[in-house]
Amino acid sequence: MERETGSQDGPRVGVFATCLVDLMRPAVGFATVRLLERAGCRVSVPAAQTCCGQPAYNSGDNESATAIACQVINMFMSFDYVVVPSGSCAGTLKKHYPEMFANDPIWEPRAEDLSKKTYELTEFLVDVVKFKNVSANWCNSVTYHDSCSGLRELGIKNQPRALLENVSGLIISEGAEAEACCGFGGLFCVKYGDISNEIVGRKVADIQETDADMVLGGDLGCLMNIAGKLKRQGSSVEVRHVAEILADMHDHAAIADPDSVEDV
Amino acid sequence: MDPQIRQFRGNARGAINNRNLQSALAKLSSGFPARRSQAAARLPEFEALRDEARAIKDHVLEHLDIYLERYEAEVMSAGGQVHWCADADAARAKITEICKAAGAKTVTKSKSMIGEEIAINGHLESKDITPVETDLGEYIIQLRDEPPSHIIAPAVHLTMDQVADTFMARHEGLDPTRALDEPRKLLEEARAQLRDKFIGADVGLTGANMLIAETGSNVLVTNEGNADLTYSLPKVHIVIASLEKIVPTLEDAATILRVLARSATGQEMSVYTTFCTGPRREADTDGPEEYHVVLLDNGRSKLIGTEFQAMLRCIRCGACLNHCPVYQTVGGHAYGWVYSGPMGAVLVPGLIGLEEASNLPNASTLCGKCESVCPMHIPLPRMLRSWRQKQFETNRSGSFARVALRVWAALARRPGLYRLAVGLGIAGLGAWGRRRGRFAWLPMAGGWTGGRDFPAPNGDTFIAQWHQGARGDASGAWLRRQGP
Repeated sequence: MERETGSQDGPRVGVFATCLVDLMRPAVGFATVRLLERAGCRVSVPAAQTCCGQPAYNSGDNESATAIACQVINMFMSFDYVVVPSGSCAGTLKKHYPEMFANDPIWEPRAEDLSKKTYELTEFLVDVVKFKNVSANWCNSVTYHDSCSGLRELGIKNQPRALLENVSGLIISEGAEAEACCGFGGLFCVKYGDISNEIVGRKVADIQETDADMVLGGDLGCLMNIAGKLKRQGSSVEVRHVAEILADMHDHAAIADPDSVEDV
Repeated sequence: MDPQIRQFRGNARGAINNRNLQSALAKLSSGFPARRSQAAARLPEFEALRDEARAIKDHVLEHLDIYLERYEAEVMSAGGQVHWCADADAARAKITEICKAAGAKTVTKSKSMIGEEIAINGHLESKDITPVETDLGEYIIQLRDEPPSHIIAPAVHLTMDQVADTFMARHEGLDPTRALDEPRKLLEEARAQLRDKFIGADVGLTGANMLIAETGSNVLVTNEGNADLTYSLPKVHIVIASLEKIVPTLEDAATILRVLARSATGQEMSVYTTFCTGPRREADTDGPEEYHVVLLDNGRSKLIGTEFQAMLRCIRCGACLNHCPVYQTVGGHAYGWVYSGPMGAVLVPGLIGLEEASNLPNASTLCGKCESVCPMHIPLPRMLRSWRQKQFETNRSGSFARVALRVWAALARRPGLYRLAVGLGIAGLGAWGRRRGRFAWLPMAGGWTGGRDFPAPNGDTFIAQWHQGARGDASGAWLRRQGP
């Protein structure tokens, strides 16, 4: 029996944590669960989940991508909703799975069904469950990086900002190029490292122009890229996933910062 | 120009280290996108026009044979000729033949990407015919013996100082101490140089922004008026155009013109928009005696009916280049052939083959900005992915990246094994990097760590912790496992 938390009479939500959150930053997974619980959902995190298949799909390996997609569809089809703390992975489930199975009599309807109930985290909180009760504090200025897939595939722009407005003390300082790509691009960042590094250089320059103390975003890939560049430059600007601030779970080290708990 | 796409990585590195280029690209990246977005915002029906424009070209591409035949008939009835050319060789041979028949020594040219695609300048020179570029940007790069770096702004990779140096070096018989320190002075000098060339040319060679089936006209869009002098002064006007430039009616052309300049430069309309129909008629006071259209296929008809057909909707506005983070970083020359940026990365493999152009579809973050600004809604990211798929299917090489990806994908399909493998890997990586929070170097990740640190993982995966009963709290307690 899978572990289930939250409100037993709420909608059944399956969390697709994404491979990056699973491997690199469990805090985002816990923050996601906490937010969904507060929003009155009945939350599960299926144990057999791995990755959404996007690296394979974007590399042209459709055979692997579709096999992984079938696995994800089977794992999540029984939930009322699937919530993903990443615009890019949510976009894969929502937009690209139906494309992958176009004209497949068995899998296309299943992919369409999954697509309809899949949401990026902030999108789900604002648009579906109308979550307003953010009880979090952050007395500092933050800037927001709009990740490409979330912004352009899913139209996520206002949802994280609407939620952040309810965090007491928090001030949003918008970057002029908040919507510009950070240069991560999945495997692009290692295949074309020189170009990727230049693009993220422009991104962090724009972030520093805002004088914000922290960068928030909804996609761990972009945030790792941005944090890696800021830290290489010796910047003290912190980088976190938006869920960490919204769930008031930010006592641990920010992305790429030293682990203060361990240091004590 | 021979393709140099295989050298993309090296070209890109050179571009990144080229200071003049970087300062020119910074200007382009802040200028064009801002102007496009203002122009779009000023026109309430802009989005509706984009949809209309897309529908026009989709319709044409479904009935291309019919419209091309109609177009040819109309050109002929206006007294012109259409020369169907399957490839670059055929087009070059036809153009040379027309020039030779006219006894041409000098050919003036207005900007044409098809001219670049078939490398007509070098070919004409080899036949003792002198091509003279009359678009200011093209003129500058012709003096410098460089290819264009942008489909609408061919010399956008240069700074003003570089242009001044070029004029000093190449314009003979002028005062070597003259000041060329502002754009107007450069323009005046180029104009003075070109005036005699316009008058002395035997043939005028232009491109075409569109070909109109119902009238047999070609449309020319410029900001300098150079195309008008190019086609109207010489005895012979040759239009070189690829076959997907066709639109059914004048009305359709007007619709596309309304999105073209707005998407390209942010202008409502370009300064000059000209419709040429056949040679001079008896009552006309001027105009060419002969009117030829060299209609080029060069691989385009092969794209019809494939997943790349929508690429033929492209009207060459350059918006996708201007907004692309990769183009903004490396400029057009790094792409190694005539077309660059997202439209080049999709079109070039279709024209010259995926093997030669294999770098291009991969050199993209798939950020989607190109599709969002394309006036014709061309799904460029989807097509880049389609090329990658074809590449993956045909390329059986065992590159490291490919093997690593396959191993990852194989693990991702076996959750039990995946959990075991990533659990061990992450525990190791976490123990190694947690204290500092990041790595300045990691084996086999030089592409990343060359310019950035790599964040360290926390040491235990979310899924494992969750299923051992952990709950998150503000103090980071999820790192310490709790009973369920």
